[in-house]
Amino acid sequence: MNTFNLEEIGKAAEERLRSAMDMNSINEIRTHFLGKKGELAEAKKALKDLSAEERPAFGQLVNEVSQKIEKEIKERAAELERALQDARLSAETIDVTLPGKKIRYGHAHPNTLALEEVEKIFIGMGYEVVEGPEVEYDSYNFEKLNIPKGHPARDEQDTFYINSNILLRTQTSSVQARYMETHKPPLRMICPGRVFRSDAVDATHSPSFHQVEGLVIDKNIHFSDLKGTLDLFAKELFGQDTKTKLRPHHFPFTEPSAEVDVSCFKCKGKGCRFCKGEGWIEILGCGMVHPKVLESCGIDPNEYSGFAFGVGLERIALLKYEIDDMRLLYENDLRFLEQF
Amino acid sequence: MNTSMNWLKAYVPGLSASGKDFGDRMTLVGNKVETMEDLGENLEKIVTGKILSVKKHEDSDHLLICQVDIGKETLQIVTGAPNVKEGQVVPVVLDGGKVKVDHEGKRPEGGVSIHNGKLRGVESFGMMCSIEELGSDRNFFPEAPERGIYIFPEGTPVGEDAPALLGFRDILHEYEITSNRVDCFSVVGLAREAAAAFGQAFHFPEIKKVGNEEKLSDYLTVELKDSELCSRYTARLIKNVRFAPSPSWMQIRLRTAGIRPINNFVDITNYVMLELGQPMHAFDYEDISGQKIRIERAEDKEKFVTLDGVEHELDSSILCIKDGEKTIALGGIMGGENSMITDKVKNVVLEAACFNGTNIRLSGRKLGLRTDASSYFEKGLDPNLCEMAMDRACTLIEELHCGEVVGGMVDCYPVKKEEKHLSVSISEINNLLGLHLSGEEMKAYLLPLEIQTEVKGDSLELVIPTFRQDLERMADIAEEVARYYGYDKIPSTLPLSSTVGGMHPNLALNRSLRHLAEALGYNESYFYSFESKKVYEKLLLPENASEWQQIMISNPLGEDFSVMRTSSVPGMLQALSLNNRHKNKDVKLFEMAKLYIPKSLPLTELPDERMTLTLGFIGEGDFFSLKGEIEELLTHCGLNGRFRYDGNCEKPYYHPGRKANILYEGKVLGTMGEIHPDVLKNFDLKERAYVAVLDLEEVYPLAGDHKKYTPVAKFPAVSHDFSLLVPLNVTAGEVEDAIRKATSPLLEKVELFDIYEGAQVLAGFKSLSYNVSLRAKDHTLSEEEINKVREELLNALEKIGVKLRDM
Repeated sequence: MNTFNLEEIGKAAEERLRSAMDMNSINEIRTHFLGKKGELAEAKKALKDLSAEERPAFGQLVNEVSQKIEKEIKERAAELERALQDARLSAETIDVTLPGKKIRYGHAHPNTLALEEVEKIFIGMGYEVVEGPEVEYDSYNFEKLNIPKGHPARDEQDTFYINSNILLRTQTSSVQARYMETHKPPLRMICPGRVFRSDAVDATHSPSFHQVEGLVIDKNIHFSDLKGTLDLFAKELFGQDTKTKLRPHHFPFTEPSAEVDVSCFKCKGKGCRFCKGEGWIEILGCGMVHPKVLESCGIDPNEYSGFAFGVGLERIALLKYEIDDMRLLYENDLRFLEQF
Repeated sequence: MNTSMNWLKAYVPGLSASGKDFGDRMTLVGNKVETMEDLGENLEKIVTGKILSVKKHEDSDHLLICQVDIGKETLQIVTGAPNVKEGQVVPVVLDGGKVKVDHEGKRPEGGVSIHNGKLRGVESFGMMCSIEELGSDRNFFPEAPERGIYIFPEGTPVGEDAPALLGFRDILHEYEITSNRVDCFSVVGLAREAAAAFGQAFHFPEIKKVGNEEKLSDYLTVELKDSELCSRYTARLIKNVRFAPSPSWMQIRLRTAGIRPINNFVDITNYVMLELGQPMHAFDYEDISGQKIRIERAEDKEKFVTLDGVEHELDSSILCIKDGEKTIALGGIMGGENSMITDKVKNVVLEAACFNGTNIRLSGRKLGLRTDASSYFEKGLDPNLCEMAMDRACTLIEELHCGEVVGGMVDCYPVKKEEKHLSVSISEINNLLGLHLSGEEMKAYLLPLEIQTEVKGDSLELVIPTFRQDLERMADIAEEVARYYGYDKIPSTLPLSSTVGGMHPNLALNRSLRHLAEALGYNESYFYSFESKKVYEKLLLPENASEWQQIMISNPLGEDFSVMRTSSVPGMLQALSLNNRHKNKDVKLFEMAKLYIPKSLPLTELPDERMTLTLGFIGEGDFFSLKGEIEELLTHCGLNGRFRYDGNCEKPYYHPGRKANILYEGKVLGTMGEIHPDVLKNFDLKERAYVAVLDLEEVYPLAGDHKKYTPVAKFPAVSHDFSLLVPLNVTAGEVEDAIRKATSPLLEKVELFDIYEGAQVLAGFKSLSYNVSLRAKDHTLSEEEINKVREELLNALEKIGVKLRDM
């Protein structure tokens, strides 16, 4: 009866699996032994010819062999797959030192980088960023800022005029005047923007440049608040170890007024070529808003006080990035722009 | 303005700070020192010596051997200078000493060291030197020889420090004086500040009333006809003027201010101007016809020759000094050739006046004339200074014996300037500064500034001297207190009130657009707002183009900066061209700035300032890459609808077949295109360039966060490819419109994936292949539904002449 030597079938399968070197051979082996017409299927067919006593034992044996072959096929298949993958991975090895694919992300202009930095600092301190017209009425640029017709400051600023009444703003303070007229204290704002002065183009001058001016108006605003604010600003912008120094100065729209130096961030105040040996670098002008300015912009100077300050963006950009020629900022040469 | 420390010390004898410390302190109280110069630097071991004998060198034609007495000893010095003679007193540099300038006129850092040596075998102990070697020149020392050793006046003692005798042991500070501090444009003004800054006593120079028994009114009358332009006019007469060099102390002081000594008379007027800040003018009395001076405006078109020989045409805005019949000076600016002082002058009329600063400035500008005097008057002087200066000058004239001062002074002073009385609140000053000073402390800061101060309760009762016209109210007094208290000692605090920071949505949008443009590879550029009108000619614009409506600057820096731009295209093309010339490859630039569009010309109201985003590139990319980028930018701004493009864009600077208006919801947001080859040539661009201009003022109202979630589809989509035969004159946009219309609302996506024009396509047609996906939200589409849509689609396409291509 035992025409099916199950043990031998098992051995044969084991042997063939051992020599199988690819998935096709494995699939063939599976069909040969476990398929519908495979050797074990034939053996199962023989079951019905067996006696009732013989059947369970033989049946169990068939199953056992079948499971064993199944297991061996799985193992061999896994082994082969691993080997194939190893071979592929090894073939796919690349020279990781080859250059990366260039993605040409564009660059922000140094002026804009400086602007965004300044904006971030002041927004964090509760300031609103406001813009205003660049072609401006004389009244907002001068009259309301305590610079009446004939005032020497008008000469100093070398204004471009369109006509006797309209000019290119020389300072973004014009925006402050507009803001004071339309808003009620407490006010905290900065006004960045383009300004114009009749200076010929050279390494340190440009007929158009950018300013950020700031304004705070409320009850009981002190000169000491101005000092603290600018000190914080300078530390945020140039580093926590930066010191500020206020020197008395004169601006028509503030009283008292000051110019502000920061300790040179290259030499930390020791004096170097960068700060011309001074240890300090002048960066902005400021002061307490002149009562006449408050008055002419509709704010009662007896009730409110405030401070204002102004800084040149180009000045910050040139300092921060150690750019030695202002003309580079307006030339738009890619070799310059891509450095920022 | 350069001021000598020695001169200041004449009025503040207690000053002892070093030049550096002095400068720093003056800066901290508000008199900013810009530069400092030590005149004595590199002048070491130089003494006066008397030449005892001069002998020829045996081995030389030009060398001389001198025996020089330097006090303690006699030195043998060999010199090549031709001008030495026995008995002269000269500067002698001793062994190991230094001078500033070498024989070739160079100033080496660290100076020029002098040592004992031998000249053609003869020993020489040191060197006699010229004024040039000491760092000055004949301009300031006219008595010095053209070539050779400087000779001191007879009687100069030997063995003295020679640089000190010449005024070189001094330190000069150059101050930046602010326009409000007119009083500090004078040595006494700075001395007053220095005294206050260092807590030292200030001594005003001695001023006396001088003059003989005669009466000036017998010689001269003055008529002030325009007190608006001249608030005070004083004059005196000096008879029998005797010219001579001024004394050395005065010459030294003038030199420190960069003024060349001329003669006693001129030097005195210059000296008083520097010392007190009041310019003076002198007329030859014989030239004044009718013994009369009138101060009045010029006639229109009047011609006048100033003392520099230049003829000017005047008008009635300019103030003149006239005699009985003619103009003799431009008041406060310059005298006339017809009344100038010459060597032959006998009697001199001296003028000290106060002219209107603004008028002087405007007149000076009109005439193209700015003099030392006018630069003082421009600032607006104190009229009370006139008399003081006049008295000071006359005192010096008598002291230096340079003439006979006639008694009395003509003084036209219609409205006397009085001291201001001011009452300010102590607590308000403290509140403004953030301090808690007492009235007495404030008073201590104000008194040295000659502000009379009385403390009454919370108030300071002040009398402001007329030379401080800048002090008008509490804030001004607060500044005086603050600068002498010390800005550095004021605490740092932060404002107490709280506000919310932020920025206008438009500004926020600008910022995200900039960042997006950068993400798309564009580099940010800055162009000027003004440019030459000529660059607009390069754009091929027709005469009636709106770009020509530019705002002109009335006083431009030059033609290149003369009109406010109405287009950003020239700026972009110039920048691309520069990069092209510099051989930069694949250059992508963007700019975000304003265009200035006038509402009418000439300008009567402010123009429309339109924030504009301009993209441009050369190198990699084409019309469609640019289009894709623009859509990406705008979609990110919240414009999530459909963009349309109209090829009938009227901008002539684009390629006629590659240009478009960019439309969204019926609005033109901007234009884009390839630049016309003629325009490329005009801008010297050797590569194709693409430019897009977006008018952000149109974008702002459309932008925003319009996002709404749509549920992810649950039912499958059906996707079909259609290869279409499209007549050449039908655009892809029209085909897409037709597809959309016929397939809505089931259409999920329509995408063009292939374009073909060529041999395999019927003449007059192109092949466009679309993938169309359909999907229903609530069910799986049935065969019938799909067929129905397909039929409607083909019908719609047929209406515009489009057929399915036979596959």
